[in-house]
Amino acid sequence: MTYEISIWAILIFMVFVAAVLGLSFYFGAKTKSAASYYAAGGNIHWGVNGIAFAGDYLSAASFLGISGMIAYAGYDGFIYSIGYLAGWVVALFLVAEPLKRLGKFTFTDALDSKFNSRAIKLTASISTLIVSIFYLIPQMVGAGDLVVPLLGLPHWAGVVIVGVIVIYIVATAGMTSTTFVQFIKGALLIIFSTILTVYIINNGFNLKPAEDYHEFATIGATVDNGQITAINNASYTLKGQAEGADKTFAVLSKDGYDSWFKLETNEDGSYYLTEALSITNTASGEVLYNGAPKTENRFYQVGHFSKIVHKGNEVGETGPLGPLEFLSTLEASEVVIFSKANLNFNNDYVTVYYQNPTSGSDVLKPGLLLKVGDDGNIWDKMNFLSLMLALFFGTSALPHILIRYYTVPSQRAARKSTIVAIAAIGFFYILTLYMGLGAMVGGVIDVESSNMSSPLLAKSFGIGIFSIISAIAFATVLGTVSGLIVASSGAIAHDFVDMYLKVEMTDQQKVRAGKIAAFGVGLFAILLGIVFKGMNVSFLVGLAFAVAASANLPSILAVIFWKKTTSKGIAASITTGILSSVIIILLSPSMFERYGLLKSDAIIPLDNPGIISIPLAFIVLIVVSLLTQKKV
Amino acid sequence: MLHGPAAKLGVDYASKQKTRLGIILFFVYAIVYGTFVVIGVNFSDTMAIKVIAGLNLAVVYGMGLIILAAVMGYVYNHFCTYLEDKMEKEAEK
Repeated sequence: MTYEISIWAILIFMVFVAAVLGLSFYFGAKTKSAASYYAAGGNIHWGVNGIAFAGDYLSAASFLGISGMIAYAGYDGFIYSIGYLAGWVVALFLVAEPLKRLGKFTFTDALDSKFNSRAIKLTASISTLIVSIFYLIPQMVGAGDLVVPLLGLPHWAGVVIVGVIVIYIVATAGMTSTTFVQFIKGALLIIFSTILTVYIINNGFNLKPAEDYHEFATIGATVDNGQITAINNASYTLKGQAEGADKTFAVLSKDGYDSWFKLETNEDGSYYLTEALSITNTASGEVLYNGAPKTENRFYQVGHFSKIVHKGNEVGETGPLGPLEFLSTLEASEVVIFSKANLNFNNDYVTVYYQNPTSGSDVLKPGLLLKVGDDGNIWDKMNFLSLMLALFFGTSALPHILIRYYTVPSQRAARKSTIVAIAAIGFFYILTLYMGLGAMVGGVIDVESSNMSSPLLAKSFGIGIFSIISAIAFATVLGTVSGLIVASSGAIAHDFVDMYLKVEMTDQQKVRAGKIAAFGVGLFAILLGIVFKGMNVSFLVGLAFAVAASANLPSILAVIFWKKTTSKGIAASITTGILSSVIIILLSPSMFERYGLLKSDAIIPLDNPGIISIPLAFIVLIVVSLLTQKKV
Repeated sequence: MLHGPAAKLGVDYASKQKTRLGIILFFVYAIVYGTFVVIGVNFSDTMAIKVIAGLNLAVVYGMGLIILAAVMGYVYNHFCTYLEDKMEKEAEK
């Protein structure tokens, strides 16, 4: 997709980034000690910390990924919202206060507080680093996606910009600046998402989402023995047909451009073709969007209703709706979803995005993306269970969330800040349903990347709100990446170098070691953001949650609640959790697709490892702890 | 120097009671969440049943889980604060 660039969008974006950097300068001057760098001195107010929690948590995955997934797959995207929020219940009821009592700077400190074990220091620091890197990937991918329509830069440029700014932020100020950046960003994200949702609901539904929305052609066709032999439109020429995803597609030519159509059957047995979008990788290496190079702008945004039923009547538009009426109207109507099929035609590799009219009731229940019920086999159902398990147990095992408990002065403040976070995050997640569904029927979907649905929906309401929303989304990425890099640098410089290797350092040297580690992790994150371009960021975060829940949560809960826990049990559980979850991910269908192989050839047919790796890590912890009890 | 919390913590006299309350509330929520997951994975058509105001079970249950988390959080904080104040007073006596 090629986007028009607005000077206002660029200006607002620059002001935001300048403000974030200014804040870093201000707090950077105050950061002198390790306590200040890693834990903001433990003096952050619980209200500020609660919204900063929301800022940390409402990362690119939430704002870009969930809304985008809802825009593409309806309720299945909202399931991520439900799971992410439910994870906070585990954090509040089981982890928040006990963890606050145990630790000082990092997750490793907390685990090791009762043992002083080198094995725990080593495994917990590696785990923090791996989980943070898994979580960094989607943030960087989201950053790259954002700058394409915002600044007109290529994806890799966005990744590099975020990487450089974040390294600068973290290397200057650490946790204090990260906390205040997250507080401001979290608050702004919720305020402007609310404004966008009010726009969406007030705008209502329309069969034609925008004045310049593409008119999809429908052409009658004659089919003989499965072969399309003629079409009923003289302005098109039939060039051929191909099969993909158990469907038949035809390529027609008009004015020198090739367009792909999907073959459909009427109730009376007659045939017709419906227009689709296509990306063709030709045998000569050229990439064509709807039959032309990208620069000719023949690729358009999509997403519309095929039928709107409002208060029992079929209508062309609804006018303003109430929040519940918005959902009930969509449920009674029919939405055109754009499904994907891959074809081979005359040595060209073609990806077709075809119209797939879907009832609103199917959009608003599980099943479009996650195969469940009668549509799913045992592995599909395992995937669903695995995802829900990982989301539920992942939140309270994320190192960059856990370190925020050390920035407040008391257990009471830790608890209260968690409740503020739950209220703010829960409210935001309800908004994601409206933003995602609004994008689904708002004619703003870029079929190449699901991540940009919310910002592009904002753009349809005006360049001002688009600019602000995009700048906030970018700041979202900046803030979350900052927090992750603080956590990673803490794992390397504090847990590994200082505590495990026992390198003698002054307080200033410790801060410098943290900054050097932050620089290294930042560079690695830039590289990963470029490699993983195109994947849905919420899906990627789901994987990070699974790794965190497998590697960290069993140990956290055991240290808090089980007196027979031993240091060897913790180290073995962390190692098992990391290895099992990462190996399953590397052998999963989604990764096979990334390697350029067939999904169906994947060695393990599970995309999310949680259902295997989380129980396995618990079992290993219990067995090893029981086997290594000190003899009395 | 590096052992112990960054901010010095006071004595928490109510920690046992708060932990027990937290575990009970966790299991209550886990059961409600688990039921949602079981319905979603095995009986997804049940999720399409209209429940209230033209909304289906999937939407009502999903939003309900989000709202329930916030409500339970508020209740938990209320009782924890009450327990902390009460136990602190008793300890002072």
